[in-house]
Amino acid sequence: MATDHFPVEAGHIMLFARSIGDNNPVYHSADAAADTEPGHVIPPPTFVQASAQFTDGYVLRPVVGEPWFGSGKEPTGIKRESSGGSGGTGFHAEQHYEYHAPIQPGDVLKAVDKPGNSWTREGRRGGSLSFNESITEYYNQDGVLVVTARSVGVQTSRVVE
Amino acid sequence: MPLSKTNLSVGDQHSEQVVDNLTRTQIIQYAGASGDYNPLHTDEIFTTQVAGYPTVFAHGMLSMGLTGKMLTNYVGDGRLTKYGVRFVAQVWPGDSLTATATIEDIREEDGVSLVDLSVSTVNQDGAEVVKGSATARIDD
Repeated sequence: MATDHFPVEAGHIMLFARSIGDNNPVYHSADAAADTEPGHVIPPPTFVQASAQFTDGYVLRPVVGEPWFGSGKEPTGIKRESSGGSGGTGFHAEQHYEYHAPIQPGDVLKAVDKPGNSWTREGRRGGSLSFNESITEYYNQDGVLVVTARSVGVQTSRVVE
Repeated sequence: MPLSKTNLSVGDQHSEQVVDNLTRTQIIQYAGASGDYNPLHTDEIFTTQVAGYPTVFAHGMLSMGLTGKMLTNYVGDGRLTKYGVRFVAQVWPGDSLTATATIEDIREEDGVSLVDLSVSTVNQDGAEVVKGSATARIDD
């Protein structure tokens, strides 16, 4: 999920850690974190996924004034190919991270997408499966590569049972 | 405390329950924090009536995040060098997950001591939901 400006904020890290049920003080207390090996607040290992918040046009975030495919007056506000008809759905199949350098509040990351592979196979539960890989490199404000992320998405041809 | 090479062996395991009775509210917390607002995770009406699932289900990345809590508790803060998973099965509200890391190798690379771990998270029925691997720096 490419973005030129992913500000790493202490409050955001705290909320993210809460959402994964992790009350480790290194994620929310600068004082406690000062006594840890990193020496400062760090994000949990999957935090860079939240770059979605700062990605323009991210399809899984409602846009003001535009129809949204979740429910309102009706069960869906829009008919989307991936959620109607055959009942097929897009899923996240795999996620891999490599950690190169520390991240801390105050950093401003830039995420650069690189092309990955695509392939298809027959699945047991969801009919034919189309896989798409994407690679995202996260750089900090000094141009240092901090995290490499590799994501594999899958599109099923019917509802997964 | 970071792990030390001197008291680790291949086959050692660390296991933690990472969530007990997953709530829809926690899934909503994850949606809000991560920015993934896919209604499949938070919108019961859309998920049952349009997408055709029995109820909402957790983001794969929530399962990965919960599993990561076990890993960072085991290897220490800021010690992971790699962490990757496959999402094997869906995680539903009410599920309780237990995550386990198993030491596969203890090695040295460019003068740095590392431990390679296999990672598996199962639900209350013993069904695997997340399968993966991780590598962490360890002390000599």
